[in-house]
Amino acid sequence: MASAPPLTQSESIETTTLVVPGMHCASCMGKVERALGALPGVQSARVNLTARQVNVAHDAALGVPDLVGALVAIGFPSQPRVEDLAPPPSAVKPLLAPLAVAGFACMNVMLLSVSIWSGAEGSTRDLFHLLSAAIGIPAILYAGRVFFASAWGALRHGRTNMDVPISIGVILATGLSLYETLTHGAEAWFDGTLMLLLFLLAGRVLDAMMRDRARAGVDALLRQAAPGAMVVAKGAVDWVSARDLLPGMVMRVASGERLAADGEIVSGNSRFDRSLLTGESAAVPVAQGDAVHAGMLNMDAPVDVRVTAAGCDTTLAEIARTMEAAGQHRSTYVRIADRASRLYAPAVHTLAALTFIGWMIAGAGAYESLKIAIAVLIITCPCALGLAVPVAQVVAAGALMRRGIMVKDGSAMERMARIDRALLDKTGTLTLGRPTPDPQALDALPAQAAQVALALASHSRHPLSRALVEALGARGVTAAELTQVEEVAGQGVHALWHGGPVALRRPDGPTGGMASALDIEGMPLRLILFADRLRPDADLALNWMRAMGVEPSILSGDAMAAVAEVARATHMTAQGAASPADKLEAIQRLQGAGHHVLMAGDGLNDGPALAAAHASIAPGTASDVGRQAADFVFLSDSLMAIPRAMAASRATMRVVRQNFVLAIGYNVLAVPMAMAGLVTPLIAAVAMSTSSLIVIGNSLRLAMAAREPKA
Amino acid sequence: MTGLAFLIPVALLMGLTGLAAFFWSLRNGQFEDLDGAAARILIDDEELPVERKGERG
Repeated sequence: MASAPPLTQSESIETTTLVVPGMHCASCMGKVERALGALPGVQSARVNLTARQVNVAHDAALGVPDLVGALVAIGFPSQPRVEDLAPPPSAVKPLLAPLAVAGFACMNVMLLSVSIWSGAEGSTRDLFHLLSAAIGIPAILYAGRVFFASAWGALRHGRTNMDVPISIGVILATGLSLYETLTHGAEAWFDGTLMLLLFLLAGRVLDAMMRDRARAGVDALLRQAAPGAMVVAKGAVDWVSARDLLPGMVMRVASGERLAADGEIVSGNSRFDRSLLTGESAAVPVAQGDAVHAGMLNMDAPVDVRVTAAGCDTTLAEIARTMEAAGQHRSTYVRIADRASRLYAPAVHTLAALTFIGWMIAGAGAYESLKIAIAVLIITCPCALGLAVPVAQVVAAGALMRRGIMVKDGSAMERMARIDRALLDKTGTLTLGRPTPDPQALDALPAQAAQVALALASHSRHPLSRALVEALGARGVTAAELTQVEEVAGQGVHALWHGGPVALRRPDGPTGGMASALDIEGMPLRLILFADRLRPDADLALNWMRAMGVEPSILSGDAMAAVAEVARATHMTAQGAASPADKLEAIQRLQGAGHHVLMAGDGLNDGPALAAAHASIAPGTASDVGRQAADFVFLSDSLMAIPRAMAASRATMRVVRQNFVLAIGYNVLAVPMAMAGLVTPLIAAVAMSTSSLIVIGNSLRLAMAAREPKA
Repeated sequence: MTGLAFLIPVALLMGLTGLAAFFWSLRNGQFEDLDGAAARILIDDEELPVERKGERG
């Protein structure tokens, strides 16, 4: 973290944090830091790539708009960090120090133990045991706190979890080792106990890293939502954040902007895209007096909207409340590791108790019997079990992340693996959710016309112009030089090119869809048609799903005619014109029939369904409600992300089950030896590390989990 | 044996030094941005022309 240098001048220094979701590599970091550093009055700028944000220390005279403007100029849209969204506490950080201590102590104690196993005798052995105790006991107390605290919390509420047997084993083994050390005994278990803590902490850290990473990605997306509006008051126009909007204020909404609150149109005519709210793909015309809702996108011309409801009275908030009710069952899902430990803990403790009783009956004496019982506890301690789930899930999540799919947490994969029905929203999920220009029309453009079109479109914020800029930019077109550029709201962009007038404007007649007309003097008028197209690879993706035994179907809020068209193109059954409540009901009906349902959706209207389904996935372009409710978020355009996430989750669960078999199989071999009193600290240490390494090695096979099946 | 009496403290001291260094770096915020730290070694120091469009994936 860059901290501002000490104040030497009278200017006061402010620190601003900007969220820059577009950064993803070293070159982006360099550009952002240099662009900000070049501004007069900026003391320092330091990028945090993990959180996708940059901290800037600057003179108070320099405002946030200047900083944002400097970044927009180099192509990085950014927003000031919303202050009340404090950064979520990292799950990894509190575990790093215990992990380091356990690692240090484990290595040193192991070194001393090796000399004892090699045959150190008498006073040397006692000295080494004492040293091990001196290093081990503080380290065990410090590194074991994580488990002790969790076990105590569970016991206090009359429950048990994986940490209870771990804590009991660790405490008993440490106590026994200390007793052995003080009575000049031959065997101490400090090395095994520390190794156990090290492996278990490593598993916890991996688990936490996955959560942190996914959350950082999702947070960067969430904080991107434009929370606010330009408000007209007494002739001036000021930016007001969504939280401070009050009923009665008048918002000026430019084309290409989303509404921050519900309201009614005061002046201006435009068309609004409601797809995020209802799934409708066709934009609806609005005029003075019409009601509009938060989340709608203004397509054509600037309008003034009087706020009628803001904050918790909006349609948005209504949907959020439905979602909360729908998402209740998610919290009752029990992770596979906890299910395993419910069976595991009683079994281990029973075995240890039986061992103790058996040796007592055999007449070995209380001390000897206790020693063997503790050896059983140590050898069965769920070292490999503690790694079985997190390592597999982290490797698979990493593989998915490289393919642009973010996993919120491990339980999402466990739920995803059992899916047998998939419901897909149409607008924005099956389709890209944004108009894209007809590729054939672009192919037909002469090179010069394309350059002019790009130059004209780059001067407008209209959604169609932006789509054109993106499509032409992807084709490597460079912009022509224009003069006297002016944009007439709702009409188009006019300019001069080599002295002749050129324009990118609204077509003259009805065109049966969205279109722009490119008018260049001396060339025929060209019409560029736009449509919301299916995502690439839709057919491949749907067939992959069917091959996995998952039946996909469409569940959309759009009009039946538009849904039917897509359904025919993708050979799926479809339900159209569904309200958020209908979607929820459709999912609950399938769940009632015993299906495990996946919901893929992007809009606010999908929110309750995303929350209610067994697992859910949303595209990165989704509304923030959708992104928050989904278990998986995919950033690529391709629809392959959905079956990919499914296949990877299934592969992960297969490996997790194998890991359990391996870990339990090792116990089946080791426990009889321990009960017979044949296990020494050396055997315990070797067995423990081998079983953990086997589990890790098996999990690493998942690095390839996100590949397509061989066609 | 005298060798041991000398070597064991040395080994422990070196280990503790490493541990202390790790704790210092943890306090110092060096684990705040692991992805960024990995990427930073690739940043060129000379001023690149920033005027190149279409470079962002």
